[in-house]
Amino acid sequence: MTELLETPLHGLHVALGAKMVPFAGYAMPVHYPLGVMKEHLHTRAAAGLFDVSHMGQVILRGVDYDTIARALEAMVPMDVLGLEPGRQRYGLFTNERGGIEDDLMFANRGEHLFVVVNAACKADDIARMRAALPAEVTVEPVTDRALVALQGPKAEAALSRLAPGVAEMRFMDVATHDIAGAECWISRSGYTGEDGFEISVPEAAAEALARALIEMDEVEAIGLGARDSLRLEAGLCLYGHDIDAGTTPIEAGLVWSIQKVRRAGGDREGGFPGAAPILRQIAEGAPRRRVGLRPEGRAPMREGTALFAAPEGGEAIGAVSSGGFGPSVGGPVAMGYVPEQSRAEGTTLWGEVRGKRMPVNVVRLPHVPANFKR
Amino acid sequence: MKFTEEHEWMRVEGDVVVVGITEHAAEQLGDVVFVELPEVETVVSKDDEVCVIESVKAASDILSPLDGEIVEVNDVIVTDPGKVNEDPMGDAWFFKIKVEDMSQLDEYLDEAAYKKLVG
Repeated sequence: MTELLETPLHGLHVALGAKMVPFAGYAMPVHYPLGVMKEHLHTRAAAGLFDVSHMGQVILRGVDYDTIARALEAMVPMDVLGLEPGRQRYGLFTNERGGIEDDLMFANRGEHLFVVVNAACKADDIARMRAALPAEVTVEPVTDRALVALQGPKAEAALSRLAPGVAEMRFMDVATHDIAGAECWISRSGYTGEDGFEISVPEAAAEALARALIEMDEVEAIGLGARDSLRLEAGLCLYGHDIDAGTTPIEAGLVWSIQKVRRAGGDREGGFPGAAPILRQIAEGAPRRRVGLRPEGRAPMREGTALFAAPEGGEAIGAVSSGGFGPSVGGPVAMGYVPEQSRAEGTTLWGEVRGKRMPVNVVRLPHVPANFKR
Repeated sequence: MKFTEEHEWMRVEGDVVVVGITEHAAEQLGDVVFVELPEVETVVSKDDEVCVIESVKAASDILSPLDGEIVEVNDVIVTDPGKVNEDPMGDAWFFKIKVEDMSQLDEYLDEAAYKKLVG
């Protein structure tokens, strides 16, 4: 077995009594002594601190922002050029079939573009950017910084004690703030459906920042287990499960992330991998769609659960892509892919759990309303 | 009290054996969110899957440790699965099984041996 990588907060996780598990090549905390359920509920009620240092942080540099933005637009169907300085946007690396190679966040940080990608995809993403971007745009992986997320309704109160300026930030703003002498790159965003921040902090200052936060009454350390149930309730996609190289943005319900300027009739229409199938699906629709699912009973329907149109007979029409127990919902929640004709809210389908078909209803996502500071 | 290597406990009450999961098992599972119990009057054989238990992390089966007939199940843990974490060795028992041959229990671990197993 290859040696697991450790994040700059590894020592802290162990000291806090976390259960460590391998994840994307890293030893990561799946939960702390509080447990997944209480960690989840604490994040929705107050604030939770997550170590997401395994994710890939990358800086793209060029002569100016426009040069970098135009280059990146050849890889993603997003409006990168029109992103204002100090703002961040959600994006997708697409392939020639219109499938999704990874999802990412990108930010206009003035003279450079800052990108955050999934841990499991980061090596491929960096190689993909180096291959696709022109020589005048450089791809610099950031390897000397930790990344932590502070999420929940009390995240602003907690973080503004260390960096008062963050209270002025709105959802998807990015800014640089000094915390105890360390230059932190902060965005007001996250992966829980709650208000909150992601903080890129120099490795050497990471543990002191994390300790300062978890010593506050509002803040608890939260593991990957609750990160997954929080994002599932928030209806957010997990790469490799809800979206992958064979799933298009239209199927995934992510058309909102493709700005008009890149769509048919836009000033910079197309020009990204898979433009033809993606623009065609935007116009004509997709045969299958991602939907929210709420099992009627108490049994969770987990990833891979086959979905049927009827309580007996017939072939499976779709499958659950993510599912489990939603602590804030107080019952099972899921999402999955179903044919276009079965996607209307209120449609009852049947999911096969341990050989028995159980009713499950198509519902609007998110399962728990978002709580962003717009 | 007797214990299986699959982290179930068994307590004899007359000709009936009460079965539950150990504190160690409950801790390993994490927060229990769903329990499915067998029907009363089901006749089961040793190693039949009789219960399903799901935590926030995963689903697992509970196998019957004995041959016998299910005579009572604990509906409390169906309506409040969290009880399994709170009191696994007491109020959160799973089922009672009527056993003809109590010598079946002899092969299982006693408390000292079980404690050694889970360290």
